Amino acid sequence: MATTTTPALDVRADFPILSREIDGRPLVYLDSAATSQKPAVVVDTMNANIHRGVYRLAQEATDLFEGARARIAAFAGGETATTIFTRNATEAINLVAYAWGREHVGPGDVVLITQMEHHSNIVPWQLLCHETGAELRYLDVADDGTLSLDQLDQELSGGRVKLAAFAHISNVLGTINPVAEMAARVRAAGAMSLVDGSQGVPQLPVDVGAVGADFYAWTGHKALGPTGIGVLHGRREILEAMRPFLGGGDMIRTVDFQESTWNDLPWKFEAGTSMIAEGVGLGAAVDYLAALRMDRVRAHERELTRYALERLAELDGVRVIGPPDADGRGGVISFEVRGVHPHDVAELLNRENVCIRAGHHCAMPLMRRLGVPATARASFGPYTSRADVDALVASLGRTRELFGAS
Amino acid sequence: MDDLYRDYILDHYKRPRNFGELEPHDLEAHDHNPLCGDEMGVHIRVEGGKIADLRFHGQGCAISQAAASIASEEYLGMPLQELADLEGEWVIDLLGIPISATRRKCALLNLKVMRGAVTGDASWPE
Repeated sequence: MATTTTPALDVRADFPILSREIDGRPLVYLDSAATSQKPAVVVDTMNANIHRGVYRLAQEATDLFEGARARIAAFAGGETATTIFTRNATEAINLVAYAWGREHVGPGDVVLITQMEHHSNIVPWQLLCHETGAELRYLDVADDGTLSLDQLDQELSGGRVKLAAFAHISNVLGTINPVAEMAARVRAAGAMSLVDGSQGVPQLPVDVGAVGADFYAWTGHKALGPTGIGVLHGRREILEAMRPFLGGGDMIRTVDFQESTWNDLPWKFEAGTSMIAEGVGLGAAVDYLAALRMDRVRAHERELTRYALERLAELDGVRVIGPPDADGRGGVISFEVRGVHPHDVAELLNRENVCIRAGHHCAMPLMRRLGVPATARASFGPYTSRADVDALVASLGRTRELFGAS
Repeated sequence: MDDLYRDYILDHYKRPRNFGELEPHDLEAHDHNPLCGDEMGVHIRVEGGKIADLRFHGQGCAISQAAASIASEEYLGMPLQELADLEGEWVIDLLGIPISATRRKCALLNLKVMRGAVTGDASWPE
């Protein structure tokens, strides 16, 4: 087994909530794929700016907000003008489905997604296909949690695919998809691509230019930032040719009684008052991550994942779902405990302040594919430690004992 | 001893009473708890306005399965009218364990399905 020389990150002191105890026990937070904890610098930045700049000094607020946009764009390898703020990744995907999809997708066309998508990357395409008469098709998930590039080629060779959308990292399986290769093949076939990077940006060094997809969507609150802000990176010429999504203030250049003209990018897609505090907060979050360096965040989480896979394998009756090897995974591990329903697993772990998720993880089609009603899921962040993994394993052992599981 | 996962709860979870299919049956219903994906169906045979026999089926957490198993023994022989009037607290009292707000629907799923089969009212019990 490969070993790493990269030291594990030790940033727990930056996250005040991790020093909180409940009933005298420390908090073991293993639900970062749902939402990450926020470092003090993000919380403080938002509080300070809400009270000082946003309402009283409009220019200062604008500078802070647009400054944050520039840093957020650079962090993800995007251009400032093509980095659009939305409420969340869901809205970013809907923006594409409405503003691009309604214009370019019609009867007989295919929208191609995968069986491992989050509902946010399924339902907008269902709505589009139902409205336009297009067909929604799926790439299969293999038993090891991966997609097949051959099947992608096969689907593309039919010539009907207009847009393909896929997750960078599965929020259930942890699978890291070869998104750059997929986007290249989609482009070569003359179709558009969208990557759901909600789990990718918090866990990997992401350069949206190198990924090469036409659209790349992600969300702030999983990347140490606040809720209420998401990001859509788009290819400039496509964004320029697209019609707007939401209409209103800020997105216009001129408004006449019957007609309007549109503002420049990125504001053309940002109707109404901006989420200023959230933008500034996300700016602080990416500054924090950039200072940590995302290659070190990835190395830290990969080592933790490797360790967790080893420790979970020691437990009888615990079956890990998804890729067997930490190199092909993000810091997300779904598992089953034989004889114990995932909700009971989560409830029992909660007694010991071990916070994991149980349920369908907004991926009900994937649950059907896997043949399970739900899974238990532990997921990691830069602040997660080996001690957290040890607490998970110890707690799972006691769960199996209580249920007398075979 | 765990407050929630008491021995009798785990016993009913692992060896549920009145589970399976019942053919022929007079009434049936199937429902699920969208929050967690628990699903449960029931087949009921009626004689003289009373529940003569029943079988639950489906899958779910220990609380939903044990609650169905424990309640099934009470449903046997119960007049349909009495069942239609049952409220959620009846199940909670029967279980005898502290049920948090997040697990309440797990406990009540069996009554929801029973009332759905008998009255056609598929709403959650109060």
